[in-house]
Amino acid sequence: MSRIAVVVFPGSNCELDAQWALRGLGAEAELVWHRETDLSGFDGVVLPGGFAHGDYLRAGAIARFSPVMSAVTEMAETGRPVVGICNGFQILCEAGLLPGALIANRDLRFICRPVEVEVIDTDTVLTATVEPGTVVTLPLSSYEGQLTDPTGTARVVARYVEDVNGSQDRAAAIANEAGNVVGIMPHPERSSEEILGSADGRVLLESLVAATEKIPA
Amino acid sequence: MKVTVHIERRPEIADPEGTAISRSLVDLGYHVRSVRTGRTLHLEVDGEDVAAVEKLVDEMCQRLLTNPVIEDYRIEVEG
Repeated sequence: MSRIAVVVFPGSNCELDAQWALRGLGAEAELVWHRETDLSGFDGVVLPGGFAHGDYLRAGAIARFSPVMSAVTEMAETGRPVVGICNGFQILCEAGLLPGALIANRDLRFICRPVEVEVIDTDTVLTATVEPGTVVTLPLSSYEGQLTDPTGTARVVARYVEDVNGSQDRAAAIANEAGNVVGIMPHPERSSEEILGSADGRVLLESLVAATEKIPA
Repeated sequence: MKVTVHIERRPEIADPEGTAISRSLVDLGYHVRSVRTGRTLHLEVDGEDVAAVEKLVDEMCQRLLTNPVIEDYRIEVEG
């Protein structure tokens, strides 16, 4: 059974959803406080949504210096799956583990509604078991959700079917070159069971669990 | 030593807040072409040497205070 760390920053609020969803898919998901510095027992890590450190200064700016981030960086560099959801995505960008930055939505609205997202790149830990072109409906819940990438190097993994927030290339999820670090703005963990209104997010989390199972002990 | 850091979006990066303020000013009848928002930080830093303090604050800007991907900054040290 694969072990996945779900990091809890002060201000995280989706860690239990992420843990619940990953456990439901057979992974051993453990909550890890942001001051932890050793993630060597884990096959992958999820940075959940929320408002880490109050999102002060910029979303993710302070969280990227949390003690756990050195271990997260090491995981990224050693090819293990690192997935940031919503605020976790913002943290990965601030940490330089993903290109670009997430700024306020084009229309300055906190967008809180289900959105359609098309998976276009299936060579990443979050999409490897998904058919290319699959459209999933996931809840979006963010204010700073607009990706801007002046370098133009962001590898778009999934795209909003409609332009909901001005995100460059309609990017809803991007990956690093190796495909083991993925940031996604809408929430697969909040759409992982029919009782939540949609189980569309499961295919993404199933892919993540499968990727962590491939990590040698 | 008192230090002021002015932070603003790089010109090519969208500033939705500035755009909204600009529209509102135009609605009020002001002839405004554009508004760009920024942030000002006031720091009190230990040190005697202006150049050394400026260098230190520059390091702070690079590491934490700004996101070099999207922001520019300017440092003023009150000697």
